[in-house]
Amino acid sequence: MIRLERLSKVFGTVTAVDGVDMEVPEGEVCVLLGPSGCGKTTTMKMINRLIAPSAGKIFIGGRDTAGQDDVALRRSIGYVIQQIGLFPNKTIEDNICVVPDLLGWPRRKSRERAAELLSLVNLDPALFLRRYPKELSGGQQQRVGVVRALAADPPVLLMDEPFGAIDPINREVIQDEFMKLQAALRKTVIFVSHDIDEAVKMASRIAIFRDGRLVQYDRPDDILAHPKDAFVADFVGQDRTLKRLRLVRVEEAMMADPPRVQAEDTLDTAVALMREHGHGSVVMVGPRGRARGQVRLEAADGRRGLVGENHEPLPGTVLVGDDLRTAVARMFEHDVTWLACVDADGFYKGYVTQRGITHLLGATYGKRS
Amino acid sequence: MLIATLRTSSRLALLAAVFALGAVLQARGILPAMATYRQDVVYLIRGHLWLAAVSGLLAILIGVPIGILLTRSRFRLAGLVLAQVVNLGTTIPTLAILALAMTVLGLGAPSAIFGLTALTLLPIVLNTAAGLRAVPRHLVEAARGMGMTPGQILWQVELPNALYVILAGIRTALAIDVGTVPLAFLIGGGGLGELIFTGIDLMEPAMLLAGAIPTALLAIAVDWLVGQAQFWLVPRGVNPLR
Amino acid sequence: METFAFMVANWPVILQRMGEHVSLVGAAILIAIATGVPIGIAITANRKAADAVLYAASIMITIPSIALFGLLIPILSLIGQGIGYLPALVALVLYSQLPIIRNTYTAITNVDPALREAARGMGMTTAQRLREVEIPIALPVIVSGVRNAVVLSIAIAAIATYIGAGGLGTFISRGISQTDIRQLLTGAISVSALAIAADAALLGLQRLLTSPGLRIR
Repeated sequence: MIRLERLSKVFGTVTAVDGVDMEVPEGEVCVLLGPSGCGKTTTMKMINRLIAPSAGKIFIGGRDTAGQDDVALRRSIGYVIQQIGLFPNKTIEDNICVVPDLLGWPRRKSRERAAELLSLVNLDPALFLRRYPKELSGGQQQRVGVVRALAADPPVLLMDEPFGAIDPINREVIQDEFMKLQAALRKTVIFVSHDIDEAVKMASRIAIFRDGRLVQYDRPDDILAHPKDAFVADFVGQDRTLKRLRLVRVEEAMMADPPRVQAEDTLDTAVALMREHGHGSVVMVGPRGRARGQVRLEAADGRRGLVGENHEPLPGTVLVGDDLRTAVARMFEHDVTWLACVDADGFYKGYVTQRGITHLLGATYGKRS
Repeated sequence: MLIATLRTSSRLALLAAVFALGAVLQARGILPAMATYRQDVVYLIRGHLWLAAVSGLLAILIGVPIGILLTRSRFRLAGLVLAQVVNLGTTIPTLAILALAMTVLGLGAPSAIFGLTALTLLPIVLNTAAGLRAVPRHLVEAARGMGMTPGQILWQVELPNALYVILAGIRTALAIDVGTVPLAFLIGGGGLGELIFTGIDLMEPAMLLAGAIPTALLAIAVDWLVGQAQFWLVPRGVNPLR
Repeated sequence: METFAFMVANWPVILQRMGEHVSLVGAAILIAIATGVPIGIAITANRKAADAVLYAASIMITIPSIALFGLLIPILSLIGQGIGYLPALVALVLYSQLPIIRNTYTAITNVDPALREAARGMGMTTAQRLREVEIPIALPVIVSGVRNAVVLSIAIAAIATYIGAGGLGTFISRGISQTDIRQLLTGAISVSALAIAADAALLGLQRLLTSPGLRIR
């Protein structure tokens, strides 16, 4: 969808971007990552020609951007900046409609679109369309900023550290919202960031820049597991393994089809089952298979009775769709070494253990190096 | 550096304009005629500067304390009202102020000085108050926290920090003052206005210019002088020019 | 009381003088806006030009009005217009340049660079950016510059009566030469009232032209 060929930019005597080659497939989020001054922002701004390239070519959807009118090109590319840049003299509605208006859309169509987009980011159109930017919180403003970039339904979106100025709590929320939006809209997104965590969270691919050169361009998991050189390893951090936790879902590390007991089983049955599997505890499920509680070996051993009368509550569960970071955090929180995994309806699906997670992460490390 | 060069170049442009004017005047025989007014000019400049100095000094001596009072917390309400009055006052045309002075004091030097002082006063009061209000609150708080008395805070913290803005007000005010002295001639003051207005009445360009050119130069010179004072007197830490 | 009686008796003349005054100031301000605003916008593109223009305009405004009239008379008498309406108009236009150029320049340069970048990035042309973003945001400050220029012009137009431009200053000049308090006060009060009214009206206009989005807080 977007292809950069030997792209360079020279400012005076400084080479800001040096022969970058990369290709971003349609519908993917490519995060340009690196320390400040590494050329990531310059690279992004050459895509909508806010900065004219010194050498090299940029193709969007197979068309060389050099042949196109700058202004027309920019109108076909969504653009979100860190400072948000909502026009204070225009209402939220008019802000969202800037590009549709520039393109001469019929008024009704663009205003309907504005309302529709606003509700996509959980802002009530009836409440917000007529307001002015100053009347919104920072987080709300940036939601409008994102929506404004999407107004004319451009296939490509450029985002320059869009969530950098938002407080950490709201940032997470907006990132999640954006990911949901992106899953539905499937735009091709170029996203500049200096935050490795954000990159790991959002990216389909990460491009790491240093001194104007593209050092490594890979999927997030590969960058974390196989940093190309010391710079990348250092940049992604000593804790890069921990960061990978975010990329793996519980499902992938889970032991499926686990042993289980029901309320009417005897403690003897439960103890036998635990011994058979070498487990210290077993999950009690309801009649249709929802996780209801647990029986621990040391509590049940040698006692008589029914599971239903002797079970304890589960110390915590995790959703199969959650990432491993959530799972590990919950283990620490409850001081346990395993967690029962349930689906969205509460059905018991399996369990994850600390050992299992460690093993999984360790295994991918060995894969390539 | 660049700005300095530009300033020099626009100064040169101004000089060129003056020379062009000079050439035109020379061609029409006005320049030699102007020379005949030399003694008058020197005498009138003295009167001109005397009027400007007296009214300017009075305006500073009255205006700065009023500006300070306006910002003292115990005069807050009175300050707000007075500030409105002063604001309104700056809207009143200079000629009207002089006319009003004459209705009170009649023709003569006192009404000229009174009028000039009144119209020089206003920008000084406004800027003094504005400068003091612009002193960051936390500085005053820090000073109070260190145990300074209100007087010490005023002299050691507020005035030094407000000095630049206060001097900017004085600069504007004095330029207006010097520039309005010719009008004061109309209500009985002396100064270069005598040559200008008589020149107009008699349709005598040489006489007119013998008054107008020194008047313009005096105003520019005063503006420049106070600008220099502003540059050198204001501590470097709070001087945007240095 | 006497003055009041004089005003009542002479109100057609007052109105006529007021008309002269307003039309002189009005014409000068329209010309000054038509020149000053574009100059103020143009010099935002170039720092050096801005410095030079603002410096020249600030020297201009330092020259006392009566001295400027004095300088203009010999020049304009070359085309036979030394006295009267034209030198007054030229002087007012020149004086109005500084407040208008300076405010336009400052207001446009103070527009948040992020807004400029956003506008560019979304594909606005330079003209669209000026029209949609920069001028609306700068407008209150520009109008405030015009306001200063108007108040200044009303004051200087009063002085212009001495070079034969008529206006409300005429009452003052006659009042002084005839030592007639009634005319003196009539002139002083009417010209002050005009300046105050114009100032208030333009303040109202300034508020009206401020986008509600900029007005909040």
